[in-house]
Amino acid sequence: MKTGNLIDALVADRPPRGKPLRWALAAALLAGGLVSLALFLAILGVRADIGPALATWRFELKVGLVLLVLGLAFSLCIALSRPVAPVHPGRRLLPLATLAVLAIAIELFILPSASWASRLMGSNALVCLIAIPTLAIAPLVVVLAILRAGAPASPAFAGGAAGLLAAAAAAALYAFHCFDDSPLFVVTWYALAALPVVAVGAAAGHRLLRW
Amino acid sequence: MRRARQGDDEAYRRLLGHVSLWLRAVVRRGLLAAGRGPADCEDVVQEALLAMHLKRATWDETQPIEPWLRAIARYKLVDHLRRRGFHDHLDIDDYADEVAVTADADAAVDSGALLASLPKRQRRIVEEISLEGRRAAEVAERLGMSEGAVRVTLHRALKALAAAYRRDER
Repeated sequence: MKTGNLIDALVADRPPRGKPLRWALAAALLAGGLVSLALFLAILGVRADIGPALATWRFELKVGLVLLVLGLAFSLCIALSRPVAPVHPGRRLLPLATLAVLAIAIELFILPSASWASRLMGSNALVCLIAIPTLAIAPLVVVLAILRAGAPASPAFAGGAAGLLAAAAAAALYAFHCFDDSPLFVVTWYALAALPVVAVGAAAGHRLLRW
Repeated sequence: MRRARQGDDEAYRRLLGHVSLWLRAVVRRGLLAAGRGPADCEDVVQEALLAMHLKRATWDETQPIEPWLRAIARYKLVDHLRRRGFHDHLDIDDYADEVAVTADADAAVDSGALLASLPKRQRRIVEEISLEGRRAAEVAERLGMSEGAVRVTLHRALKALAAAYRRDER
């Protein structure tokens, strides 16, 4: 086929304009999140003391941190799904790093150093490491499926961002189960739990998001 | 591109025509820089054009279009070279601005191999529209299909063609 002929074919092809990627991504995230929510309610459930917990600043800070990751990862996914790579994608996570450091600093300032270790280790670390990746599976699958419509400059980076987004969605659910609200615990173990999801996302993205 | 998005076919045709000239010059320079002959040039040009068409939603209307076009050209050129075992760094930005954009004979180069990989019906429709220059409505009548079905098949065929380029490892 000559290039001129190809152009004729392209001009004749007028597919209906789909939804903008961010709406499709939001809808998919909601759908994947609902699957994980069902899984969450069936296996883990909301913590028994949710009422009083909601009133504590540590719990609110925990949920705030997770929601911040969710928002940042979402915009990172959109930015990385375009052919023109953002110049400093990592900088978009700067607000997160700032809040995390601030939260840890406050916690270390308030707590006597004797209780640092027990707050860090918490009571649920292993559950956290298993639950977050498990709850992230459904969101990761749908987010990657949606991002296939994009054209990422780096498929692996875009996949990694998808992994972070899925892990954040999972963590948003898990936060309502976990008794450990200390920023020491949250920043450490939630981040460790997100790592394998980001890695799987990057590896899958490298294969699935090529265009 | 904005007008093309609003359904202005002639604007889209002019855009693609102009972009293909620019692409051909850029790709030829890129292939030479990678120490390869210009034999695959038209394949890469067509692959990039297909990508620009199929992925046009990834262009943000608030941004200038040149960096977007350039990014796609770079991605497709690097991808093409990688499939053929070339792994060095290559940056088209070094010369994408200065290439001379002129009409040339390569426009007539026929890269027909991949069209043959399409399923029969998709191939027939692409040929009717591109080689014979028929409108979708005429093709629909000739093949006894609805116009909508012809357009759906055409769109699938273009996607399949893009996928065939990605798999192609000669």
